[in-house]
Amino acid sequence: MKRLLPFSATAVLLAVWFLAARRQTSGLFPNPLQVLSGLGELLRHGLLAKYVIASLFRVTWGYLLAVVTAIPLGLLLGWYRRGGQALNPLLQLLRPISPLAWIPISILWFGVGDVAAIFLIFLASFLPLVVAAMNAVGNVPTTLLRAGRNFGLSNPRLLRNVILPAALPQLIVALRISLGVAWLVVVAAEMIAVNSGLGFLIVDARNAGNRYDLVVAGMVMIGLIGLVLDAGIRQLEKMKALRWGYGS
Amino acid sequence: MPTRSDVERFLLPLGTAAVAVGVWALAVRLSHTNVFPSPLKVLAGLKELAGKGVLWRYVADSLRRVATGYLLALFLGVPAGLAFGWMPRLASAFNPVIQMARPISPLAWMPLAILWFGVSEAAPAFLIFLGAFFPIVVASMNGVRSVPAMYLQAGRNFGLGAPRLLARVVFPAALPQILVGLRIALGIAWLVVVAAEMIAVDSGLGYLIIDSRNAGKRYDLVVAGMLLIGVIGLLLDILVRQLEKLKTVRWGFQQESA
Amino acid sequence: MGVRVVTPAKVSIRDLSMRFPTDRSTIEVLSSVSLEVKDGELVCILGPSGCGKSTLLNVVGGFLKATTGEVLIDGQAVTGPDPRRIFVFQERGVFPWLTVEGNVGFGLFRLGAAERAERIAHYVKLVGLSGFESAYPQELSGGMKQRLEVARALAVNPDVLFLDEPFGALDSITRLVMRSELLRIRRAEKKTILFVTHDIDESVQLADRVVVMSTRPATIRRIVEIDIPHPRDLSSPRYIALRDILFEEIGLAHKI
Repeated sequence: MKRLLPFSATAVLLAVWFLAARRQTSGLFPNPLQVLSGLGELLRHGLLAKYVIASLFRVTWGYLLAVVTAIPLGLLLGWYRRGGQALNPLLQLLRPISPLAWIPISILWFGVGDVAAIFLIFLASFLPLVVAAMNAVGNVPTTLLRAGRNFGLSNPRLLRNVILPAALPQLIVALRISLGVAWLVVVAAEMIAVNSGLGFLIVDARNAGNRYDLVVAGMVMIGLIGLVLDAGIRQLEKMKALRWGYGS
Repeated sequence: MPTRSDVERFLLPLGTAAVAVGVWALAVRLSHTNVFPSPLKVLAGLKELAGKGVLWRYVADSLRRVATGYLLALFLGVPAGLAFGWMPRLASAFNPVIQMARPISPLAWMPLAILWFGVSEAAPAFLIFLGAFFPIVVASMNGVRSVPAMYLQAGRNFGLGAPRLLARVVFPAALPQILVGLRIALGIAWLVVVAAEMIAVDSGLGYLIIDSRNAGKRYDLVVAGMLLIGVIGLLLDILVRQLEKLKTVRWGFQQESA
Repeated sequence: MGVRVVTPAKVSIRDLSMRFPTDRSTIEVLSSVSLEVKDGELVCILGPSGCGKSTLLNVVGGFLKATTGEVLIDGQAVTGPDPRRIFVFQERGVFPWLTVEGNVGFGLFRLGAAERAERIAHYVKLVGLSGFESAYPQELSGGMKQRLEVARALAVNPDVLFLDEPFGALDSITRLVMRSELLRIRRAEKKTILFVTHDIDESVQLADRVVVMSTRPATIRRIVEIDIPHPRDLSSPRYIALRDILFEEIGLAHKI
């Protein structure tokens, strides 16, 4: 009984989906089986693998680029309070601009293609990460800093051996959130700015012949990959050196 | 008498902002671009939009969509999250559905939203609802789960039944975490509305941006629209942050450091 | 000892044992503990950290179920927590989202507004928090928070109080002040009190009787009656003699 519990709501939902698909009048909304066969069709034509790789390629580049630039910058800005003070308003203003609002500019600068999408993902992850790293440094307890100084650590050493590890739990939370946002943005970017990837699949399947079975198949893939990405980054939180930061 | 650090706090950001605008203006001039607008052109674009009255309508449209979807997510998401946190069995029943639906980009629902609601107000509101709903549910659920056992024990000790315990102990104890979720959700809602308006409707700030580009490469209006999106998003964030200052939740946001 | 049998027991703990199953074996935390506490008595349960004395108190309070044995209060078996007996926590259990007044009035939801206000005012005054009625816990010192928690407990007029190392997180000066406060409050409101502590001096200063527990599994090693009248002179020979008995009982020679 207890083991079946997690499947109960899923089963009910699938049943409702079936019934809803049967009762509709337009005939456009696919039932779960049609979605499954849609997935099979995509798989056979090799489109699924191609689009998944295209989306992952963009996310990987945009996200990694953001991580390697944003975290050092955020740590520095958090450490040198004046730098943080100076740049903070600019960051605060840029951050709430939906990364997708950059689409026209990114197409203007990079043309329709991978680079435009990567740029959007970079923007979407970069700003939250800088701000999070800045705040994480600000939240490092003064006692730890004093202890570090007391043992005669120089600034670079203090940054590497005290501030970074103390800020890491908070940083990883930010990494997880921004990976989620990156995955959200790639789909939207692909719907508008490029001609491949899972986002493109969804829009294209609808526009070219109302193939809603492929639309939902694409959504299922997006959900699955998002889940895997999240599970992967969650593993980081389980590292022993970090677990203190997440309570019990 | 303002101290030196007060002056710095004021002048430093102003200085960087000036430098940023200067670099922007210089870059436009040096690159001899005739597509990308200079700061002055953007300002003129803003004026033009405001003069035509279209600006306020677009801003109001975007805000109305966000309000509809977000409030719906709030009123459904918080109770759902509280219930999931309070009843682990319910949570484990719904967990696979939530885990599966959550990482689907709300924008991926666009075709279905259009199929179900047509090109109408309801379609973007639905996408915003989806974008905001899951963060709110998850934050509320985790908020309830991390209520210290001691508080629950104390509540039970004073003879509170389940409804009272939920209202007077669990909810206030979880509120700081719920507020954090609400803030994140509002950010996502603001991100989603712009994207939804670029695709599904013909008004709002997202539409302004894509339309200005498509109809005559008016990049001055594109950047003007972006700035507006930034300013409004910032204001929304400041608004939600005010909630964190309420006395009944402030304990949850205090840093431990002395 | 025999004289006291006349008064009926307020709390009687009968042959209580507690075992937790773990992956490999079972851990025995309590082993056949029996104790009678009289109405109005202040009993300290003294033992080293982690010996299971908190577990004992949680069982008596109705928050945990014992593996075998039972607890009777006023002759009735304890099956769960009850507002007639309130638990005061080791860490600060005051609700941070409520003001001082809100915390003191927390358990008074069955009363009318007028009576509630009256009770709140009375207990705020009793624990010396007048003037702080609308302050939030984060604005109070550790000692004030602990007094607030005691006021919250007293406000519902329980007959039994369970205190689980209530002063453990306070500094030693505040702790001394809090002890005399507790004794003062106890004179004003006659309650039966079970007080868990690992502090030998604390137990000699407060208790009518001190129950010395052994390390895990916790059993009662000895019950020492503290026959010094209040106010107690902390340098009297009797005080020092009783303290020495407890030091030895707990396995510490009092020389460093």
